Amino acid sequence: MSAVKTAHPPVPMGLQPTPFHDRIAAANHQRGWMNWMGFASASVLDTVEFEYFAIRNQATVFDISPMMKYRIAGPEAEAVMNRLVTRDIRKLKPGRVAYVIWCDEAGNVVDDGTVFRLSDTEFRLCCQEPQLAWLDDIAWGFDVTVEDVSQGVAGLALQGPTSFAVLKDMGLVGVETMKPFDIREFKVKAKALTVSRTGFTGDLGYELWMAPEDALTVWDYLMEAGHLRGIRVIGYEALDMARIEAGFLLPRVDFVSSQTHLRPGRARNPYELGLDWLVTLDKPHFNGRRALRRLALEKPKRKLVALEIDRDKAAHHALVYHRQKKEAGFVTSALWSPTAKRNIAYAWIDAPYADAGDDLWVEIYLQRELIWQRRMARARIVERPFFRNPRRTATPPADF
Amino acid sequence: MTYDAIIVGAGHNGLTTACFLARAGLKTLVIEKNDYVGGAAVSRELTPGWTYSNCSYVCSLLRPEIIRALELPKFGLQVIPYESGATFNSKGEYFNYASDHDALRRELIRHNPRDADGYERYSRAVMKQCRFIKPLLLRTAPDPASFRPRDISELLHIGKRFHDLGERDMAETVRFWTMSIAEFLDQYLETDILKAHLAGSGIIGTGLGPCSPGTAYVLLHHYMGEVDGSIGAWGFARGGMGAITRAMADSFRASGGEIRAGSGLDRFLVANGRVTGVVLENGDEFRAKTVVSGMDVRRTFIDHTDEADLPEDFVRGVTRYRFRGSSGKLNIALDGMPTFNAAPKGARFLRGDLHFLDDMEEIERAYDDWKEGRWSSSPYVDFLIPTQIDPTMAPPGKHYATIFVQYAPYTLADGPWDDAKRAAFAKTVIDKVSRHSADFEGLIVHKEVRTPADIEREVGLTEGNIFQGELTFDQLLFNRPVPGYAQYRSPIRGLYMCGSSTHPGGGVMGAPGANAAREVLSDLGRRIDMGAAA
Repeated sequence: MSAVKTAHPPVPMGLQPTPFHDRIAAANHQRGWMNWMGFASASVLDTVEFEYFAIRNQATVFDISPMMKYRIAGPEAEAVMNRLVTRDIRKLKPGRVAYVIWCDEAGNVVDDGTVFRLSDTEFRLCCQEPQLAWLDDIAWGFDVTVEDVSQGVAGLALQGPTSFAVLKDMGLVGVETMKPFDIREFKVKAKALTVSRTGFTGDLGYELWMAPEDALTVWDYLMEAGHLRGIRVIGYEALDMARIEAGFLLPRVDFVSSQTHLRPGRARNPYELGLDWLVTLDKPHFNGRRALRRLALEKPKRKLVALEIDRDKAAHHALVYHRQKKEAGFVTSALWSPTAKRNIAYAWIDAPYADAGDDLWVEIYLQRELIWQRRMARARIVERPFFRNPRRTATPPADF
Repeated sequence: MTYDAIIVGAGHNGLTTACFLARAGLKTLVIEKNDYVGGAAVSRELTPGWTYSNCSYVCSLLRPEIIRALELPKFGLQVIPYESGATFNSKGEYFNYASDHDALRRELIRHNPRDADGYERYSRAVMKQCRFIKPLLLRTAPDPASFRPRDISELLHIGKRFHDLGERDMAETVRFWTMSIAEFLDQYLETDILKAHLAGSGIIGTGLGPCSPGTAYVLLHHYMGEVDGSIGAWGFARGGMGAITRAMADSFRASGGEIRAGSGLDRFLVANGRVTGVVLENGDEFRAKTVVSGMDVRRTFIDHTDEADLPEDFVRGVTRYRFRGSSGKLNIALDGMPTFNAAPKGARFLRGDLHFLDDMEEIERAYDDWKEGRWSSSPYVDFLIPTQIDPTMAPPGKHYATIFVQYAPYTLADGPWDDAKRAAFAKTVIDKVSRHSADFEGLIVHKEVRTPADIEREVGLTEGNIFQGELTFDQLLFNRPVPGYAQYRSPIRGLYMCGSSTHPGGGVMGAPGANAAREVLSDLGRRIDMGAAA
């Protein structure tokens, strides 16, 4: 056996570059990177605060290439998607996007994501966690192919009040007629560019999709066009602030997928997560339907709620108490919201206290020059989202 | 001479029991037939400059509670994790079982994108079983026939934990404990080389093939260890596996214990159904009201106890307890680092466990040879070169290879093992390695070859079974080693068992030794001191 010449090189170790890596690395003055599905994803490029305010004031670019993307195509693709998710996909028209969740047979949430209906028979599912095995299970017996296309599509989130103006300046004719959740195909610099009016910030924004080999061309043109519109590259930390304000939940942070937890009883259903509006019980069979019909009639054992907290320090990892005594839950995401000027959080609250009104307290620990202080701050359950601006849905969007 | 307690056998379990008894203030003696301590966790220098891990060769299962309670790091024990591992197939391909999660995912995708997700599911299923079984390791198995409050509460405890798994995982647990490793892996994975790599843990040390029911549990037994909280990780004891028992022996002596090596047990002294001491082969006689045997259950009760002192059903239970040696071992001193045909330059996975396999069927065929009374013509090997990480076991630039070999029967169809057969066995193994490493054979400067018969003769493990008895469901928990005698006590008052023949079984775990010490001390009205680890 002389196999030396056939020896496959070792798979790379460490964080891998995305198609935009060279440009982002050049802008990443803090050298701040984090691991997103094995890719180097910028955490902070220069200052979290200014990156955050750019989302709410200008236009920002965040690299979403590491997101998992699956292509579900074939004559029975609609049937498969409708079996997968809890919303009625038959109502999703080609050229439209829907935010969805999907559940296991016990009605617990596997993951959330967005479904792009690219045509009658082709869908793209974007999500955080690998789902190929789950999709294979759901598609078993159907005339459909399921493919992981994560590496075949590069993506940028272009978010902020001037994002429409940037796209217009890039020469995307007709982009002003795109409604929220619309998908449209364009050509820029002879490259195919798919634009969806979607995002994770609760603000006006778009997501741009392209072939990896076109990534740098599109990037450069976008930056050139955005130059006068205050375009700024941002990292994950700023985006995370915006997503908390916007009311979006994050798997592994706010809930655990029913497909990854090890400890019994950690999975959560849509009613506990406050995602009832995503469940269509009166559509034909879908995964988890039987359990969800039952769960819909029960009072959830616990609920993920939005909290508004007195005082000004973010309640990271805080425990929540009822009447300052009885442990009632815990905070999963917390933020001093610079736009809402409120101290906000998501928290899991045990059932008896989810309707308790105003006698909830969070225990905040603060370190002041090595000395720890413990504060009890009053918290109130409020509606999410914390931030909603009419410019998010205005069509056509304003030119600024 | 009179002691409070005598331990027979200075293996890792005997020494663990001895340490706990000495720490509880008992005047304790350990007797050992060899001139050195260690049992099957032993490191010896058989050729100048090279230290072998002569029997067991990697460490993961040794309970961290025991390492802490016995202060083994203070007595020199260091466990160094090793990264990765790989399987080479006959087509010149390899699968790198990378320890870095992202790298492993890339490697799985390289072979088959579906297996990247399938592996996550497999890994989660095994981890759930680990979480269920691990808390049972350092607890005495309850006797389901007894109505003592302790047994009832222990059964309820296990029952509750089982129920807490939920409907689906209760079903999965029963399936897992009874399934074959091949069927288990087939549920999750498609790629042959990947399944072959993982299947090895299901058969190591066992007289079963990957298609035999019960082998999924054997995989779990190899998976439930840890290195510093990293579940399933394996490491090297710095200086070889003997470093573990050396640290235990030093910890024992520091607590006032005494070790007498060089003469084995002749028989237990029993009067009126009570043990009174031991007589050694050299005629020395020592008295104690507590005697603990670290030997396996057959040696203890068939070879060294008068059957007249034992009830018939117990003797029957011991004689039907299955050992079935199935593995051999080669320890090889190398003049340099061998190269592997299919390994890319700078492959870090060579520092881990290497295997030479096409698919699970190759292991099953290797098992067929064993059933026919032959060693496998294409054996399963677990091949490691610890000297890439451990600088203490060979001179700089030289290396030590440990090769665990399966299957090798205890008795061959054409008669007992002899020197010629041992040499032919070694040649089979070296030829197999040489198909993947052209320069391997030329680098050999010394080798130790051990058949199951050699392991029995030198270490005292019946039929050369490395677990002191098969780890199949019929011989686990309250059935290990004999129903009604699973709580470390024997029919003879004062005579206890602490070896791997008892719950939770084999591997360099120390749990049987610690559990036995707890029962001994409890009978003496004392409590075991697990220290900060409790």
